[in-house]
Amino acid sequence: MNKVVHKFAIIAFLIPTFAMANLASGQVAEAVRQAEQQRIDAVAKAVKSAVAIFSADGNGGGSGVVISPDGYALTNFHVVQPVGDYMQCGMADGRLYDAVLVSIDPTGDVALIKLVGREDFPVAEMADSDEVQAGDWCFAVGNPFLLASNFEPTVTYGIVSGVHRYQEPAGTILEYTDCIQTDAAINPGNSGGPLFNAAGQLIGVNGRGSFEKRGRVNVGLGYAISINQIKHFLGYLHSGRIVDHATLGATVDDDEEGRVVVSNILESSDAYRRGLRYSDELVSFGGRTIDSPNAFKNVLGIYPKGWRVPLSFLRDGVRHDVHVRLAGVHAVEELLAKIQEAPVEEQKPKRRPGDGEQPSDDQEEKSPANPHGEPAKVPEELQQYIKHRSGFANYFFNELHRTRVWNEFHDATGDFAASRADWTLAKGADFAITLGDEKSAIKTATATIALDRGKDLSEQLEPQGSGGMLATLHLWRRLLVEGPAAFGDVVYLGQAPLVGHDGLHDVLLGTYDVVETHFYFDLTSGELRAIEMTPEPGTDPCEIHLTDYREVAGAKLPHRMLIRHGDSIFLEIEIDSIQLSKPDKPEA
Amino acid sequence: MIRERIYAIRSRSVCDSNSAVVVNWQIARMRSLSLILLCATLIGSQYNTLRAAQSFATTINSVQPKMVKIYGAGGIRGLEAYQSGFLISPVGHILTTWSYVLDTDTETVTIVLDDGRRFDAKLLGADPRIEIAVLKIDATELPFFDLDSAVDLSAGSRVLAFSNVFAVAAGNEPVSVLHGSVAANTNLAARRGAYATTYRGAAYILDAMTNNPGAAGGALTDRRGQLAGLLGKELRNSLDNTWLNYALPIPEIKASVDEILAGNARPISSAPDRRRPIESITLASLGIVLVPDVVSKTPPYIDRVRPGTPAAEADLRPDDLILFANDRLVNSSKILREELIYIDRIDEVRLVVQRMQQLIEVSLFAE
Repeated sequence: MNKVVHKFAIIAFLIPTFAMANLASGQVAEAVRQAEQQRIDAVAKAVKSAVAIFSADGNGGGSGVVISPDGYALTNFHVVQPVGDYMQCGMADGRLYDAVLVSIDPTGDVALIKLVGREDFPVAEMADSDEVQAGDWCFAVGNPFLLASNFEPTVTYGIVSGVHRYQEPAGTILEYTDCIQTDAAINPGNSGGPLFNAAGQLIGVNGRGSFEKRGRVNVGLGYAISINQIKHFLGYLHSGRIVDHATLGATVDDDEEGRVVVSNILESSDAYRRGLRYSDELVSFGGRTIDSPNAFKNVLGIYPKGWRVPLSFLRDGVRHDVHVRLAGVHAVEELLAKIQEAPVEEQKPKRRPGDGEQPSDDQEEKSPANPHGEPAKVPEELQQYIKHRSGFANYFFNELHRTRVWNEFHDATGDFAASRADWTLAKGADFAITLGDEKSAIKTATATIALDRGKDLSEQLEPQGSGGMLATLHLWRRLLVEGPAAFGDVVYLGQAPLVGHDGLHDVLLGTYDVVETHFYFDLTSGELRAIEMTPEPGTDPCEIHLTDYREVAGAKLPHRMLIRHGDSIFLEIEIDSIQLSKPDKPEA
Repeated sequence: MIRERIYAIRSRSVCDSNSAVVVNWQIARMRSLSLILLCATLIGSQYNTLRAAQSFATTINSVQPKMVKIYGAGGIRGLEAYQSGFLISPVGHILTTWSYVLDTDTETVTIVLDDGRRFDAKLLGADPRIEIAVLKIDATELPFFDLDSAVDLSAGSRVLAFSNVFAVAAGNEPVSVLHGSVAANTNLAARRGAYATTYRGAAYILDAMTNNPGAAGGALTDRRGQLAGLLGKELRNSLDNTWLNYALPIPEIKASVDEILAGNARPISSAPDRRRPIESITLASLGIVLVPDVVSKTPPYIDRVRPGTPAAEADLRPDDLILFANDRLVNSSKILREELIYIDRIDEVRLVVQRMQQLIEVSLFAE
């Protein structure tokens, strides 16, 4: 019996030995094969979307990653800054594509470019980078030291060393907030390239490393801008603008008890108008718990200028929950000046693809587009994609999206260009709102308020307490009748959230008669969802939310309006009749 | 673990061998147990290999609460005023690297725990020969690494390196984690001369760039988060400008840590029950002249050695830095002088001096 028992014991004992013998004989366990295959598949999938960026004149370069089939790709601002409007992009398939600059976010060190020539570019799948944890495997793809003569990118594997890292500007404009730290090798040339998780999904854009005494080579600490931050900015980045980051108008510090408290606040800030005061304790910002000044800076850094973000603070033990509109970090002129000054961190590769392997420190290489060192010219077929205007990285894309938004609005609600005569919005005998080129007025049973066209709109904020309801409606009709081309100066701002509505909205920003007006369009329906008229900087806008779109004379117009100003609802109105009188063909 | 289980099964089967029924039942049970073991082993081996490809997040989360950030002296001329450390007791003992960051009597050494709590730390003792120090903060119920449970690593072992390298983390932010492998388990003395270090003992040479500013004092663990070593200081090869990444194996430093914890590394002059001999030894009786004591913590460098004295016979030289007197750390001229007061003139005094990157031990008797 003992023998029997021993036999089983020996069988059991032999199993690990057998497994070890497998390893010793070169046989690999199936699970290891599977893990290896998963890694190979993830890399194979990921490298297809990577881009090696070369400047046309040989004075810069880096990496990038394609995020849409029509060729939009992300990279770093500091990669495109020395490159200019036009660049060439090598991909893993060995082909070289022309590309143009779309937008830049200098503070966040992000740029959007567009590759041309295909509508079916391989695309990186974006992950939720808030799910990334220290210890997760990850890999960087790019063109460090411009090793890839055939554009086949270099893959460096590592782990995530830390998340929600804050890296201050340190003498440059580039501020890395809420970024991902990795020990995957990030070297010069990797800048702008993708950082993928183990499944080959995009979690960030590499751009920075900790360098000190060992020269400008990786020392185990690289940083990637989180893809979630870029998702917030992406709508803005399609606008062709120079995109700015945000400030709360208040600074914070941690007190002796470890609380994060307001250490300074501007009275002109929206935060102040929403009630935030010196020494209030911040508890939550952008939906995240705030337990350190860095946590505050991390949240602030992931939102663009102009977004409204939830903020919660404590005063005397009472919690206050508000939405705060974030102001820009820089004045437009300041941002433009800083861009000119911004240091170029990237190495200046001069290398001709196809020349074969060369030493990484070879400085005598030629660029792909400029083998003879002559100034690069934008090819004729690309000139149509480039349009210069001050304050814009490439105004072509702003016009493109302004037109798109307007066309989608037209498709959804109709064309009002012919409805140039006065409009009348009324509810029975309660009120009648007349809107016209020359005269706009609100008439109730007891009073009539009219705009004086001889005065600036910013001085006519009637009815009192509305923040300028009549002026806002006047501008609403003006946009619908004139269209963005004739309204005044209308630019496509990008996409932003709208308090009280889910998701993001396309935003047109119109400037007319000294006031700025934001028009929010629903991404799905194309309808105009809200208007915000800001009479002057540092004041609360008049907000009019438009719903209940119904048919009027072959078009669709809203029959319910919610007017807000500051923290309160001024009025909610239902409209039962809208008349769009036309001079030659009056509507019933 | 499988071996233990098999051993248990074998023991039990012997005990039950008196009855045939029991035996048959036992055999059946053994068969099923063996099958279970077979399956478990196969599943286990698959799990382990899959695990190798999985995230270290859980392991890292279990280690982070034991890590501390250390802030002290420095901050000028490229000398960072921060380094790393980790808890080695539930009552606030912290193991770290002995460096200028801790060598301060005007500034406080501040410890920031993983949860963001801040403490002033007391230096319990240091062993400059192996460049370690133990600090103490006033706290209880802390998570810690048990030095007795430290694991040995061999070349090829996968490791994680935890440190506040470049002070990337602040407050309650977790320190940085790098991964790599032990490239060699060797003796650092082999490269003495090229690398500026006094440490001669065994070291884990790492293939990851673990030794950067602020990383010294960090923890090296195996891939399961078990402590294996203490990250060393930055080490540059002056001949070819290459940098070495290494950690000190815990067994190499354990004895020194125990000595410090036992209170034996502290100057006896600071002990409450000190006893002075009737006639003490003096520097003059040894033939040693120190550099003038002009600042608050003048390092005890030898300025001159008088000819024909015990110091001259022992070949002590100008510019030698005295580190220890009778195995007790003397990190200033003042402490050295105080220490000698407690040594009887007729007794031996053992000095450890640093000369360039060499540590030299001499034994002297006063004239």
